[in-house]
Amino acid sequence: MLTNITMGQYYPVDSRVHRLDPRIKLILTIAFIVCVFLASNFAGYILLSAFLFAVCRLSNVPFKMLLRGLKPLRIILILTFLLNLFFTPGDDVWVSFWIIRITREAFLQALFYSLRLMFLVAGTSLLTLTTSPISLADGLEILMGPLKKIRFPAHELAMMMTIALRFIPTLLDETDKIMKAQMARGADFESGNLLSRAKAMVPLLVPLFISAFRRAGDLAMAMESRCYHGGEGRTRLRVLKITKNDMIACVIMAAFIAMLILAGRFIPF
Amino acid sequence: MSIEVRHLTHTYSEGSVMRTVALDDVSFTVEKGEFVGIIGHTGSGKSTLVQHLNGLLKPSAGEVLIDGEDLNGEHVNRRALRQRIGLVFQYPEYQLFEETVAKDIAFGPKNQGLSAEEIDGRVRYAMDCVHLDYDKYSASSPFELSGGQMRRVAIAGVLAMKPSVLILDEPTAGLDPRGRDRILTMLEELHAREHTTILMVSHSMDDMARLATRLLVMAEGKLLADGTPREIFSRTEMMKGAGLDVPAAARLCQALRDRGIDLPTELYQADELRDAILRLWRQGKEATGC
Repeated sequence: MLTNITMGQYYPVDSRVHRLDPRIKLILTIAFIVCVFLASNFAGYILLSAFLFAVCRLSNVPFKMLLRGLKPLRIILILTFLLNLFFTPGDDVWVSFWIIRITREAFLQALFYSLRLMFLVAGTSLLTLTTSPISLADGLEILMGPLKKIRFPAHELAMMMTIALRFIPTLLDETDKIMKAQMARGADFESGNLLSRAKAMVPLLVPLFISAFRRAGDLAMAMESRCYHGGEGRTRLRVLKITKNDMIACVIMAAFIAMLILAGRFIPF
Repeated sequence: MSIEVRHLTHTYSEGSVMRTVALDDVSFTVEKGEFVGIIGHTGSGKSTLVQHLNGLLKPSAGEVLIDGEDLNGEHVNRRALRQRIGLVFQYPEYQLFEETVAKDIAFGPKNQGLSAEEIDGRVRYAMDCVHLDYDKYSASSPFELSGGQMRRVAIAGVLAMKPSVLILDEPTAGLDPRGRDRILTMLEELHAREHTTILMVSHSMDDMARLATRLLVMAEGKLLADGTPREIFSRTEMMKGAGLDVPAAARLCQALRDRGIDLPTELYQADELRDAILRLWRQGKEATGC
């Protein structure tokens, strides 16, 4: 029922991409995001898709999973495409009737903007698909470490993120269970107008909130009873180490960025 | 109302690495008025099985027939059927949401579209079934009650729909002995008085020994055995293989037999074991003459 949410869901298989150091993977993801904005022509986008596809293959995550993460975005994607298509000014007119005017420039911009959005989401979901929430938060905490000097609560933020991510599947399961329990009592979540549907959510949301608060209380107690008192002096079970694998990944990324820039400069379409 | 399960198979996350077969070719029939216990180790597919019986899960293969009609057929009103097959989930107290006990219990009947008087009658009936005093509790918040009381309110919420089949998933889990005894007594009464068909999932063999007229043993998604408690509990080896215990009385009986005391194999109720031991003891006394 609620299994089609991929964003932020870890896909637990082993691969070179999974084994990358989370810090490196975060930096590489940011680099990839920059790349998405660097691409300015067809050649660039072809390179981006090839790169994404290759990394996906290397990570043993089915390409389907990546596409599934794009599904919730379809409305935004269509809107982006249409708005850009109709409202971008240009000279090379393709279609023109009534108030609609489609130009070549508009079409290209619409296409590129929607592709850009897709790549952004696909690239970042590849990060979360191949990195367990815990190592992701670990990586973030270390990367944000220098900010601690200006009193930025890096550890607390990372811990909050770990907990939030950790509870997404739990709360989804819980939602599924409560939904089924209320359906067993004849609740109807699927039909009716907007108002009656919103009202039908009450039997679902009240128990869900109560259980979330109960879980939060339990977790706080469990952490406290294991002497958790914030990040000060806390050591790690898994000390992160940069391996040869990580170096190779960095080199590949650098080469890719160079290729992308060259493609933008020297390939005319 | 009879329930027939034919070659039921259910696979979670088909086509992914998380793929697991939760049910594997399970078939059985439950007739009206039976009290069926479903036992099995954690992860043996019990909960998945019961969710199929009122159409909350769709089978990957096989079918569930209610009075001969396919539950997942195209023209079946599953919402109406769900109200005739009451399902009480594990820890049902977590589904309570209304401001008062009475309102929460009324949720099911309200969804059935009953009149206000009928709903009030149903609430009173259901609270009576679970031994909660209407005058005392109907206006209080369900969240102020004790765990055992909340559980009973949640069960009342299902009973208020007057289902002809009642399915309970671990109704006594996490309760203290008194809370547990209350629920079991309540089920016993309901079965005796209304002849409601009851299917109960439980880990407690003693609960099963007390209530069930028939047992289904699940192991790794398969139906391992199907028979009366007497047959099932005498097959100690099979039970051990499925990772299950037998009732305390059956265990004691087995231990005594191992020490050479001549007791029958099929005893599993505490009182029948007591009688058998007493009989042996008296015979022994007569034989030795003291």
